[in-house]
Amino acid sequence: METTTLTSNFKSEEYFINMGPQHPATHGVLRLLLTIDGEIIKKVEPDLGYIHRSIEKMCERDSYQQIVHLTDRMDYLSANINNEAVCLTVENALQLEIPDRVKVIRTIIGELTRISSHCLWWGVMGMDVGALTTYFYGFRDRELLNDIFEETCGARLTMNYNVPGGLMFDIHPNFVKRVKEFITHFKTKLPEYDRLLTDNIIFQKRAIGVGVLSKEDAISYGASGPVGRASGYSCDVRKHHPYSALDKVTFNEALRTEGDTYARYLVRIQEMWESMSIVEQLIDNIPEGEHRVATNAVIKLPKGEYYQKVETARGELGVYVISTGTKSPYRLKFRSPGFSNLSLLNHIAVGGKIGDLVATMATLDLVIPDIDR
Amino acid sequence: MNSALSITKNIHDWLFSIMPETAASIAEMVLIALVYLGIFAIAGLFLVLLERRVAAWFQLRIGPNRVGFQGLLQTMADAIKLLSKELTGTSKADKFLYNLAPYFVIISSLMALSVFPFTKEFQAFDINIGLFFLIAVSSIGVIGILLGGWSSNNKFAMIGAMRSGVQTISYELSIGLSLLTMVLITGSLQLSEIVEVQKSGWLIVQGHIPAIIAFMIYMIAGTAETNRAPFDMVEAESELGAGFHTEYSGMKFAYFFLAEFINMFIIAAIATTVFFGAWLSPFGITESIPMLGVFWFLLKALILVFLMMWFRWTFPRLRIDQLLTLEWKYLLPLNLANIVIMALLVWLNLTISF
Repeated sequence: METTTLTSNFKSEEYFINMGPQHPATHGVLRLLLTIDGEIIKKVEPDLGYIHRSIEKMCERDSYQQIVHLTDRMDYLSANINNEAVCLTVENALQLEIPDRVKVIRTIIGELTRISSHCLWWGVMGMDVGALTTYFYGFRDRELLNDIFEETCGARLTMNYNVPGGLMFDIHPNFVKRVKEFITHFKTKLPEYDRLLTDNIIFQKRAIGVGVLSKEDAISYGASGPVGRASGYSCDVRKHHPYSALDKVTFNEALRTEGDTYARYLVRIQEMWESMSIVEQLIDNIPEGEHRVATNAVIKLPKGEYYQKVETARGELGVYVISTGTKSPYRLKFRSPGFSNLSLLNHIAVGGKIGDLVATMATLDLVIPDIDR
Repeated sequence: MNSALSITKNIHDWLFSIMPETAASIAEMVLIALVYLGIFAIAGLFLVLLERRVAAWFQLRIGPNRVGFQGLLQTMADAIKLLSKELTGTSKADKFLYNLAPYFVIISSLMALSVFPFTKEFQAFDINIGLFFLIAVSSIGVIGILLGGWSSNNKFAMIGAMRSGVQTISYELSIGLSLLTMVLITGSLQLSEIVEVQKSGWLIVQGHIPAIIAFMIYMIAGTAETNRAPFDMVEAESELGAGFHTEYSGMKFAYFFLAEFINMFIIAAIATTVFFGAWLSPFGITESIPMLGVFWFLLKALILVFLMMWFRWTFPRLRIDQLLTLEWKYLLPLNLANIVIMALLVWLNLTISF
């Protein structure tokens, strides 16, 4: 739709409005300070810190096993991948040999977590552009995954399934069967998502050409995950630095070049298909073996600096540990995907309408505890 | 003569026998107003429940089904809860306008309700400019929304109110023009006349192609006029929180809420009257029982209400500029062309009538 700029003789005045910390579109306690001219956004300033819990500082006090539990509370929608990141860091530092079984199960659960996170994102995305029904469709499918997780590790959201050295328990005997059932089910339901929202003309008008992010800007702002990939920046950690069993599977990195809201949307939809394909490749041949290798009760990392990055549902999560050889890290820094992606918001939302801001923010897929930590 | 009518006739005779003519007329008006108030409240509560059940059906949920049979008393319970709630407000609100706003909204929809021909006899008020009156009173509601948003001293409410203004002014054109297209066939604005004409075929059949186009335009514009999704820019909960009624609570909020549902019914009822023959039964199958007209009227209106609910629970919301583009660049020119086509059809006697 072409828009022409009108030169107006009316005097207009910019005004300031608080979006959040309690606002339906910010999905949590994010506060945006908006400067608006009529409906047009002039400036967006995110104000953070409403649920800052000093997780990084708490890590300096805790043992490495305890740190894993804290990471659940960062990006709670990719809880399992966060756990995996810390475990991988510790295991690499200790140079532990991890059984193949553990690697495969970690990858499967990680990809299921990604699907579950994207399901929730899809539902909320629809809600943000005004289609309330998507929310329930997304949650219907996410519920099945939560049931699978619950059966295997006893928790639905904050799973704590990974421990340094392996997994806390072996998988439930039903796990393989139920995952297969889910994949069959979800293959019929994902096209439904397209029919309901992707192909909707109103949604396309709302999304195409809105919040455009160029590849250069994506790189310079440190965008990662679907946000970066929608702008053509190949940044999938799973592809470039495979961890766990991801080197054994073949999958396509969902890449698009448009960089707009619709591209970010399509990248996530495609990622759900890719994740399903990864799970399908692994689910039939989970190797036999131990689900955990023995570690010392008190893990002390050798003196040094360690870094491990993983691909969460939101992008690149980095764990940077400085150890002085004691039971706790001297310093632990999380590089969270949400924080970098949020920094983009002012860049891509300025000039749009309030509705565009909400749609753009929905495709950044912000999880506020991930940003605030 | 059926029984319902003889009751009203008896009341009429009795009133005129016990008091002077002016007083009796006033008493009769008050009685009729009370009856319509009752219809209003019951219809509003029922439509809220219907919306919730329909939404649940679309969304793989069950919906309210605990209070009363199949949840029939749920909205009643909600209304009682709202009655008991504290009326909060912002301290710097323009108190007079803030309190006045809900009444504008509710009075406009109540007035519109009075002219519908539920059956041949059951019509409170049959004036010769019926359709014009309907359009006129239903646009009073926007004043309430504008006042409410403006006076509550909240920027989100203000944005909502301004959106409402621009949206309603734009889409009222389409409503008026699409109804005018049909008036070309009937040659009268009086609702009873319009129904009379439809005895030889509903107008949507009589006017065939241009009538169907007019109906579609009318439904789109009508959805926009009631500020419902996909045109719920005014509330747009993911953008503006609650829009123009952000600062309203308790019964004042309930007025806005009820009026929205009644307005939806009014839009559907206008469409029923103008396009689908109001109380006329299909093919005249129940012509011998006039009271069944109410049933047919409500059935047709509810089907259209369901259609609007279907819109709401399926489509994403438009952006404000797209909303205006749709109206001014597409619907309005189409509408004008449609009127010309309809005029030609009527002139060349190409309408279908049985």
